[in-house]
Amino acid sequence: MTTTAPASAPAAEPKKAAPRTSPQGSGKLAALLLTPTFLVLGLVIVYPLIAALRESLYRRGEGLDESGFVVEGERFVGVDNYSAIFQGEAGDRFWNAFGNTTWFTVVSVLIEIVIGVAMALVMHHALRGKGLVRASILVPWAIPTAVSAILWRWIFTTDGVANQILNSEVLWTAEGQQAFWAVVIADTWKTAPFIGLLVLAGLQLISGDVYEAARVDGANAWLTFWRITLPLVKPALLVAVLFRTLDVLRMFDLPFVMIGQRKFAVETLSMLAYDEASNLRYGPAAAYATVLFLYVALVAFVFVKLLGADVIGEARSQKRLVKRQDKGEVQPVLPVAVAAGGTPL
Amino acid sequence: MIGKARVLRGAAALAALALLAACGNDSGGGGDTASGGGGLQGNGEITFATGKDTSGNMVKLVDEWNAAHPNEKVRIVELPESADGQRQQLVQNAQVKSDAYTVLNLDVVWTAEFAANRWVDELPQDQFELDKFLKPAVDTGKYRDKLYAMPVYSDGGLLYYRKDLLDQVGLQAPKTWTELTTACQKVAASVPAAAGMGCYAGQFEKYEGLTCNFAEAVQSAGGALLDAEGKPTVNTEQAKTGLTTLVQGFQAGAIPQKAITFKEEEGRRAFQAGELLFHRQWPYQWALANKTDGSSQVAGKFDVAPLPGVTGPGSSTLGGHNFAISAFGKNKATALEFIKFFTSEKSERSNLIATSQAPTRESLYSDAELTKQFPYLPTLKASIESAKPRPQAVKYGDVTAAIQENAYAALTNAKTPEQALADMQKKLEELTKQ
Repeated sequence: MTTTAPASAPAAEPKKAAPRTSPQGSGKLAALLLTPTFLVLGLVIVYPLIAALRESLYRRGEGLDESGFVVEGERFVGVDNYSAIFQGEAGDRFWNAFGNTTWFTVVSVLIEIVIGVAMALVMHHALRGKGLVRASILVPWAIPTAVSAILWRWIFTTDGVANQILNSEVLWTAEGQQAFWAVVIADTWKTAPFIGLLVLAGLQLISGDVYEAARVDGANAWLTFWRITLPLVKPALLVAVLFRTLDVLRMFDLPFVMIGQRKFAVETLSMLAYDEASNLRYGPAAAYATVLFLYVALVAFVFVKLLGADVIGEARSQKRLVKRQDKGEVQPVLPVAVAAGGTPL
Repeated sequence: MIGKARVLRGAAALAALALLAACGNDSGGGGDTASGGGGLQGNGEITFATGKDTSGNMVKLVDEWNAAHPNEKVRIVELPESADGQRQQLVQNAQVKSDAYTVLNLDVVWTAEFAANRWVDELPQDQFELDKFLKPAVDTGKYRDKLYAMPVYSDGGLLYYRKDLLDQVGLQAPKTWTELTTACQKVAASVPAAAGMGCYAGQFEKYEGLTCNFAEAVQSAGGALLDAEGKPTVNTEQAKTGLTTLVQGFQAGAIPQKAITFKEEEGRRAFQAGELLFHRQWPYQWALANKTDGSSQVAGKFDVAPLPGVTGPGSSTLGGHNFAISAFGKNKATALEFIKFFTSEKSERSNLIATSQAPTRESLYSDAELTKQFPYLPTLKASIESAKPRPQAVKYGDVTAAIQENAYAALTNAKTPEQALADMQKKLEELTKQ
């Protein structure tokens, strides 16, 4: 805020005469105060978005002139860049990458939920060495993805640790299904702690009273988990799963660094966009990015519509006590999620 | 509860937007700057954009230059370590027409792309003693017969072989593939220490190294990737012989299965661990495999030979780096002088001694003092002289991808060699027809 104050101060000067309490004046003041935020949002989100959309409608650098120089200038091609994505060889490659992206998302997020929740329960219940357990579970999350990809590449080389443990010679980084699973393993290792962290935050907000009541009613451990813990951490878990889903949908660095480029078992949509851009075809690259954007937006929308609505419906039918609990913890969880979800790739 | 759903939705939208924003970066480029051979003017400070200087010798040479030219100082700008990263940064810089870089250190396969996009200026051929340089290396700096980049470092593939084991069975270094496989069988049959050793490996992972190894297999069988007019010729008998040799090597077990994941370093580790009898590798392995600090099991036990062919010695692909002048840089006359300085015999000699990178000046290969220190120099010279550059294509990225795609498919038995070569030919014709 300190940086924006000087900019807005001179503009506010002439309006000083207006009575502060008038609804019109306060509206203007609000608009004024919000302007810097909108400017920044416009600069970092709206402008690149529009620039990318525009780019996706053009092509350039096609063909050579007589003396062998690239013909300069760009050409408007309408939706050609988009239709080219779905046709012929490029189409096969696209649907393969689309399948990989989706499959990565489904498989790794499911595994991560199970492991993440288990981690959260351990972290929550650990009595001795609580700090140590939490810290060690969170270590993978703290390592940059590209670094962990290199780490896992070493583990998965033919004479690496993975093959030594399995006492086999699996060619993990060669083309094939095993490469897909290698990426899933590395991704799970890295991001299950993220889900664990958010679920832990949810767990800590559940009041001990509910568990006491369950114990009095004679519920066993499984029933307590299934009927009390899980419904009560669900909002936190959903936020974590949403962020993980959106994250995996744009997966790039793990398969890129670990397995390599143009390996069809692990090629994702982000890698396609990168490949086009690095071959100087920015139009098609922008088109791929836009398609991926639409896919991510659609998944996010469906996710929120289906699961978000469900949460509300379910909460309504809950008993009053549970409902109050539920309401109480939703709010504190979200900021944590937003802060954590903002971490780049 | 509604508030929560909205926050969720908002968060989802933001995450999605951030993703798209991250992809829509570029907008500059194009334009119409004229570039020609004679316009290298202006003296003053310049920059030199290069990959990592691992030996420290670049800094030493630049310091030397700066001491002699106090008004035309050169500043080194270090680019990322990987070749892809370097190219990306150079391309981005050229597209915004920044004058941040003056002299560019280009990989030999980038010349055509940088020249055709007018990102580098033509160099005056008569100002360099081109006849004193290795011709194949000079050719990598040319695009359509004009010189755009001056070769500074060269590189050629060598066949590293376990001299100790071949000596035990009384064999010389093999000149042909048949001799090579026979040698493997003999060693396996009569040297107990060689039990379980792999016969041969190169770089077969799906990356630039595979393009090099495939090109060498084709050339060593008498073929070529492109003919003299630049038309692709990979669907020929010779190319088939070359590719089939590799495919059969994998099938028969002469090339270990895991070699499909080998880049330079994986192969070097295997060779140094004594797992390979023969290894196709660049000269840099010489010094590392001869280290006696325990990192190499084969120090002093190996020698190098030219790559094997079908009927006689094979042909290597050309590696190396050339220096070019950015079309958007300032003080180009100084830049030209700096390149001359860097390619002088004195500089190249100091480079060879400090980095063991292959020089581009012919005379250094027969220098008695240097051949004593680097006994592989004569073999390397032979390798470079019979070497061929990789396709000089403007869309080199697509060309090499098409080659890797199909060669990899053949090596992993996803396609027959015939099918792979037919597909490769079709793809390369599309990419080079303009």
